[in-house]
Amino acid sequence: MAKLHVTTTINGEPTEFLCDPSQSMLDVLRNTLGLTGSKEGCGTGDCGSCSITLDGRLTCSCLVLAAEVGGREITTIEGMAQGDELHPLQQKFLEMAALQCGICTPGVLMAARALLEKNPDPTETEVRFWLAGNLCRCTGYDKIVRAVLETAAEMRSAA
Amino acid sequence: MNAIDNKWIGKRTIRPDGADKVTGRAGYSADHSMPGMIWGRVLRSPHPHAVIRGIDTSKAEALPGVKAVVTAKDIVNFPLDKSVMLGIQDMRWMCRNVMAREKTLFHGHPVAAVAAISEEVAEAACKLIEVDYEVLPHVIEIEDAIKPDAPILHDFVRHEGKPSNIATTMVNKLGDVDAGFAQADLIIERSFTTRPVHQGYIEPHACTVSYAADGRVTIWSSSQGQFMVRAMTSLLTGIPQSNIRAIPAEIGGGFGAKTIIYLEPVAVMLAKKSGRPVKMVMSRDEVFRATGPTSGSMSTVKIGVKKDGSIVAAQGTFYLQAGGLPGSPLRGPVGCSFSPYNIENVLSVGYDVVSNRSKVAAYRAPGAPLGAYATECVLDEIAEALGMDKLELRLKNTAKPGGKTVYGATLGAITFKETVEAIKNHPHYTAPLDKNPSKGVVRGRGVASGFWFNAGGESSAQLNITEDGNVNVTTGHPDVGGSRASIANVTAELLGIDHSRISVLIGDTSSIGFSNLTGGSRVTFASAMVVTQSAEKVIGQLKERAAKIWKIDPEAVIWDNGEARPAGPNAGQFPPLTLKDLAAKANEMGGPIGAGVQLNTTGADPGFATHCVDVEVDVDLGIVRVLRYTAAQDVGRALHPDYVEGQIQGGVVQGIGWALSEEYLYNAKGQLDNASFLDYRMPVCSDVPMIEPIMLEIPNPKHPQGVRGVGEAPIVPPLAAIANAIHDALGKRFYSLPMSPPKVLAVIDG
Amino acid sequence: MTDIRYLAPPTLDEAVRAFAAAQGAARILAGGTDLLVQMRNGMARPGTIIDIKKIPEMTSISEAADGSFWVGAAVSGAVLAEHPRFGTVWPGVLEAINLIGSTQVQGRASAGGNLCHGSPAADSVPAMVAAGAVLTIAGPNGRRTLPVEAFPAGPGRTNLAAGEILVGFTLPARPAGSGDAYLRMIPRTEMDIAVVGVGVSLTMAGGVVTAARVGLGAAAPTVLLVADAAKALVGSKLDDAAINAAAAACSAACKPIDDKRGTIVYRTKVAAVLLKRAAAIAADRAQGRA
Repeated sequence: MAKLHVTTTINGEPTEFLCDPSQSMLDVLRNTLGLTGSKEGCGTGDCGSCSITLDGRLTCSCLVLAAEVGGREITTIEGMAQGDELHPLQQKFLEMAALQCGICTPGVLMAARALLEKNPDPTETEVRFWLAGNLCRCTGYDKIVRAVLETAAEMRSAA
Repeated sequence: MNAIDNKWIGKRTIRPDGADKVTGRAGYSADHSMPGMIWGRVLRSPHPHAVIRGIDTSKAEALPGVKAVVTAKDIVNFPLDKSVMLGIQDMRWMCRNVMAREKTLFHGHPVAAVAAISEEVAEAACKLIEVDYEVLPHVIEIEDAIKPDAPILHDFVRHEGKPSNIATTMVNKLGDVDAGFAQADLIIERSFTTRPVHQGYIEPHACTVSYAADGRVTIWSSSQGQFMVRAMTSLLTGIPQSNIRAIPAEIGGGFGAKTIIYLEPVAVMLAKKSGRPVKMVMSRDEVFRATGPTSGSMSTVKIGVKKDGSIVAAQGTFYLQAGGLPGSPLRGPVGCSFSPYNIENVLSVGYDVVSNRSKVAAYRAPGAPLGAYATECVLDEIAEALGMDKLELRLKNTAKPGGKTVYGATLGAITFKETVEAIKNHPHYTAPLDKNPSKGVVRGRGVASGFWFNAGGESSAQLNITEDGNVNVTTGHPDVGGSRASIANVTAELLGIDHSRISVLIGDTSSIGFSNLTGGSRVTFASAMVVTQSAEKVIGQLKERAAKIWKIDPEAVIWDNGEARPAGPNAGQFPPLTLKDLAAKANEMGGPIGAGVQLNTTGADPGFATHCVDVEVDVDLGIVRVLRYTAAQDVGRALHPDYVEGQIQGGVVQGIGWALSEEYLYNAKGQLDNASFLDYRMPVCSDVPMIEPIMLEIPNPKHPQGVRGVGEAPIVPPLAAIANAIHDALGKRFYSLPMSPPKVLAVIDG
Repeated sequence: MTDIRYLAPPTLDEAVRAFAAAQGAARILAGGTDLLVQMRNGMARPGTIIDIKKIPEMTSISEAADGSFWVGAAVSGAVLAEHPRFGTVWPGVLEAINLIGSTQVQGRASAGGNLCHGSPAADSVPAMVAAGAVLTIAGPNGRRTLPVEAFPAGPGRTNLAAGEILVGFTLPARPAGSGDAYLRMIPRTEMDIAVVGVGVSLTMAGGVVTAARVGLGAAAPTVLLVADAAKALVGSKLDDAAINAAAAACSAACKPIDDKRGTIVYRTKVAAVLLKRAAAIAADRAQGRA
């Protein structure tokens, strides 16, 4: 029953939690910390709906042990907006209806943000391949890809 | 496209539930927790077919941390000899699907469930349950299940007087097919097979349930109908509906499969036995093994035409996989396959075949894609044989208004022709296609059409004016893809107020009147209708209030642009009264302002779609990629165009997956071999192009805004459209889905 | 709840000691993209999890003075892709590693984990075999090296001895005129396990192949080094006869199975097709055309 004590940073906030050594970060986010914005669609890294960044790098939180994150920085969908101000991707997803049921949306947004931070001017093909690990069953991806490209264009012209 | 100049209807407004969904705040089924909550897990059958001789749960119950164990004994038994229906669901099958009773009928069939202090303990306890199985021979595929010596799943199922796995036969008839075929100059008959495919929603089934000391139950779960959850849970647990409150969580996709329940009655019984709130969440593996999919099929379609292309007779025979318990969607292929066309002689027969697979659940236009796949591929061959343009063949045979369908309905306004013409005149169809762009690569173009019944049915709405003069609208259907956005547009339009002043909510079973499932392309149609009538009542109240304030006749008041005004100079000279003004005076003028409407809606005429697709085939690897896709559909009126387009785009991509890569694969032991997203192979973002929707807005005269259901029809044509495009590319026909690389390469290598 | 221990030793020696002490009850954690899935579905129940990502040697990439590369076993695909030089020298190896899983998985998954998982369909392995990578392995009895093709022992099995840990890969110095490529066949464009994968590494001079290695994945119980295919290419100008002979050698080397991901017939045919395509890309790279 030896739980581990982990001190980490989540969405800029110093955070401490206790976890089992075998517990996934997704499980801790959802069931220990109440950050249910990260979704579990598969638990095996195939759907992307639990996407977070760990030290700035995009990953599936279901494939990370909570025990690993001590001293590191995690960002989840709950940390994407700055207070009331939505991230441009969040705003564009609303304006362009890039979601239907919305269950994949947190993961898609986290992945899209990681893409634009790395590549502010992606092609449609680059967006599609970057997001290939984010399954969406509602939209056929059309509006998602358009919203990412449009956000990228707006962010470039604002920069 | 909007003939009427509307301020809100037809506008791409921001959805009312949007901000919560892009920030991770929206509460889906697995996101709810309760104080003192414990976790439930299900023990599932390792055998595809076995008699349950006994279950010993004592060791599981003795494990520290275990709070309750349930088996079929705890679920209401509906005897096999008497059908009890809830909608289209037979409770005999539902009670056995939720928990295996006499037998396990598929690998993954629930046998028992445990609630414990953690999922790990519950899982460990499941392993301690001892089930005494008598393993029986199993049968998976239709062709094996209908053989005379097949293992029989149910002794009570009889076909032609003998024990059989054919549970039901559905026959729809029009005219005399033999006489029809006798007139034909050309008859083409082909047989096709399709594999079961899963709905593939990203949100696994989950629920949290509380059973209070006074016997009152609260269920928090996502479904396509909270009233279905309440009714089915009531039937399967024996708890009266008045004691069950089903709260609809946000739903993370359903596509038909969440029109039935799997976990809720089990969780209720675990909660009742343990005295603790219980949460259950399926793993993805469980979702694949034990929920959905839709039927695989074996079908034969025969079509006879005159030399000029007019169809004189059509016959379809459709065998559908039901899974372990009866209930495949026969109505889809039997009723839809030939209904876009004006054919005097039709015989359409469906067989419901049980085998040791998970029980099928509805999937977008249930069954219709299977039928259209066969019919539209045969039509492609006919056009080729006649040397006719494929769309011309369809135009020549378009169903006529007032025509009778094989399923018995008389068609109203027919908008099929418009969808065919929209494709025919579209630059996609008219653009030249380079059929050999490089060595080893060929391209082809295909078309196909589709039909779906659409549906009306029961809906309820309540529209309340808040004390500060804003609006709350509540309806009773879960919003699977933007229906709240459409309702907000309609309400803003009718009340003449800004969209931002309206909140649209989905009520729970105790806060809104009965509303049927979100399914069959009915929700926008039906809910817009009840919301419209509610708004009209509220406007009537507002006019009365204004009349009372002005001391004039209510008939002399008009509601215009969000204000009450005197109808004309004769009515008197009064400054307009806004919604805010009237709300402020509500109590002194007669009390709260609000109205609700509950209605069994009618007038949902069928939906039609015609699609065009370009594909590219790698002839050395057998890989097919979709290059371009255009989908035309009559949508009646797009209350919110984004979400109408989204339905079309999403349905098409599901169809692409069905055509090219998705299938249920069973091993020799009768176990599902690909119960993961990795190996089930739904289309990913890089697999598909943009999907161009053509929304034809031909208002449905039977609906206040002209709405026609849109959700189902888009998945009907893609299977055949893609098969026809591959034929165009390779000159070879495919009769079996999915058209996966090994199968395609085998045909290429001939 | 469980009695699992999580350790993240800062040195290889400590990792080796802890791993040996666990006597087979421990699992090494690199990116975790296989291990966590196995733990979730009950296929793995380690008593101790040893996270090797705090060990500098196992997370480093370095280019030696002789032009050889060291890639630590736990280096993720995303980190390797960001290395300024690796992808220019070993584009085929990099593209193979970058085909493992999604962008998200790339942030974690490593070539070391891919190899140790023991899957015959592991994408990075045929490319590493073609590259002639040599493994460094550490165990209770010290260090040893092993050619990568000698590492797999069968589906899910490796030739690591008890207590041994894979430390990393050494990719040999590249003569001028060299190029490599890896291609796999998957039904979708992404997110699938290879139905067949072929890695080709060539060195060419004056249009003639002077050295070649071919790795073949998902076509036999282990990833194979296809010496006959390489032999057919060496000395040739990659004319049709040589390419066809090498392709035939790839098909001949196949000992595949029918499973949910592909059939024997299909895999055997596709191995030949991929050899031809990968050889063409490798040749372009070797000759500076790509």
